[in-house]
Amino acid sequence: MTKTGELLLEVQEVQKYFGDRQVLKGIDLQVERGEVIVILGPSGCGKSTLLRCLNGLEPVQGGHILYREQDLAGAEVNWRELRQHIGMVFQNYELFPHMTVLENILLGPLKVQKRERAEAVQQAQQLLERVGLLDRAQDYPRQLSGGQKQRIAIVRALCMNPDIILFDEVTASLDPEMVREVLDVILGLAKQGMTMIIVTHEMGFARSVGDRIVFMDQGQVCEMAPPEQFFTNPATERAQHFLNIFEYNKL
Amino acid sequence: MPNSGIEVLFEGSNFERLLGGLLVTIEISFVSIIIGTVLGIFMGLLRTVNSRPLRLVLRLYLEAFRIIPILVWLYVVHFSFSPMLDIDISGETTAILVFSLWGAAEIGDIVRGALESMPKHQVESGQALGLSSRQLFRHILIPQAVRRMLPGAINLATRMVKTTSLVVLIGVIEVVKIGQQIIELGVIKAPNASFWVYGFIFILYFLVCYPLSRLSRRFERKWQT
Repeated sequence: MTKTGELLLEVQEVQKYFGDRQVLKGIDLQVERGEVIVILGPSGCGKSTLLRCLNGLEPVQGGHILYREQDLAGAEVNWRELRQHIGMVFQNYELFPHMTVLENILLGPLKVQKRERAEAVQQAQQLLERVGLLDRAQDYPRQLSGGQKQRIAIVRALCMNPDIILFDEVTASLDPEMVREVLDVILGLAKQGMTMIIVTHEMGFARSVGDRIVFMDQGQVCEMAPPEQFFTNPATERAQHFLNIFEYNKL
Repeated sequence: MPNSGIEVLFEGSNFERLLGGLLVTIEISFVSIIIGTVLGIFMGLLRTVNSRPLRLVLRLYLEAFRIIPILVWLYVVHFSFSPMLDIDISGETTAILVFSLWGAAEIGDIVRGALESMPKHQVESGQALGLSSRQLFRHILIPQAVRRMLPGAINLATRMVKTTSLVVLIGVIEVVKIGQQIIELGVIKAPNASFWVYGFIFILYFLVCYPLSRLSRRFERKWQT
């Protein structure tokens, strides 16, 4: 929504195998600063795997991932340093159950980034306030609902001041009535110009938040288009078929 | 209540002797638990290592303690090993040795279970924040593993306290043995003494074990996730 023209992340010909099975068959993708990319596709198409490759949770077997002129597909990547710039939010929140909400958020800023406690706490509180959970700072994750946990997980990623955040099906485990509160937070981030790559099954959300839709199937990018064009007039048959399934589900 | 037998508890130094016996019981179990825990942590870490022969050996070691009664272990070490090797091991040392090895086997299993039950995603979540492997262990894995281990470890501790009553049979004078001595001495004068002496020992065991099981329940409630 606030594209700047500055290239932040460039994926070139990325290949990924699980054993003999190739799950990513040469993916190309360019992400500009401030851009919101939404990746859609049937399950097993490789979209989550692609996200996990972008912050080193999965190694790639071919191609390049360029982040500020550094190749993340190379052998000598300092992932500890990089992951501070490339945040990730998971489907199952993955908050640390033995820490309070505030401790969860501060772990990265204090232990990894070695920031001043007072300054980090202040930022954490501002972010908590923004997602409406300031009063839960001292609670433990088990005391929160799924939607609240996921908002905390987003705050935890944000508090590292990343350049880009990856969202891996962050509403897939939520009860339907909690999906909205999480999506609203992400929409807010989009309006502020946060660079994001979002894997989701929420079609309405994809349409309203995305600058570009990337449609993947069987380990390949089939189609890349602005949301309006993708949803009203998909170019490929596979995308049409995929969207039809969702239409049918709505009946 | 004249001659009910309860006075036997307070005759001479009987009361102090029973408490002294309890101290032997506590000493054997607690020293064994500490040694067993230290060894068991290594054992548990080794059992997560990806080597089949190593895992098989450690598994056999655990099963040896689960299948063979502790009493047999005590007899084997006390009456077979020490004469065979021609070294004089006291009953108490034997007891601590056997109980420590037993503790190491069981704690090892608890540690292995705790580490293996740790969801892989917790590690990834920590990695995604940029934590180093050391920080992952220090802040994520160890605190959570300890929480999973404590109830099982405390349960083992109470089992050990109770099982120490077997060491009478290799000549260690602990609380049950002292109780027997007191009863035998007064068998004519106070035929009902056994009721009171064993009743008192019952209470002593309760006083040692109950706080432990309370503690374990408290941890479980506090740390449920």
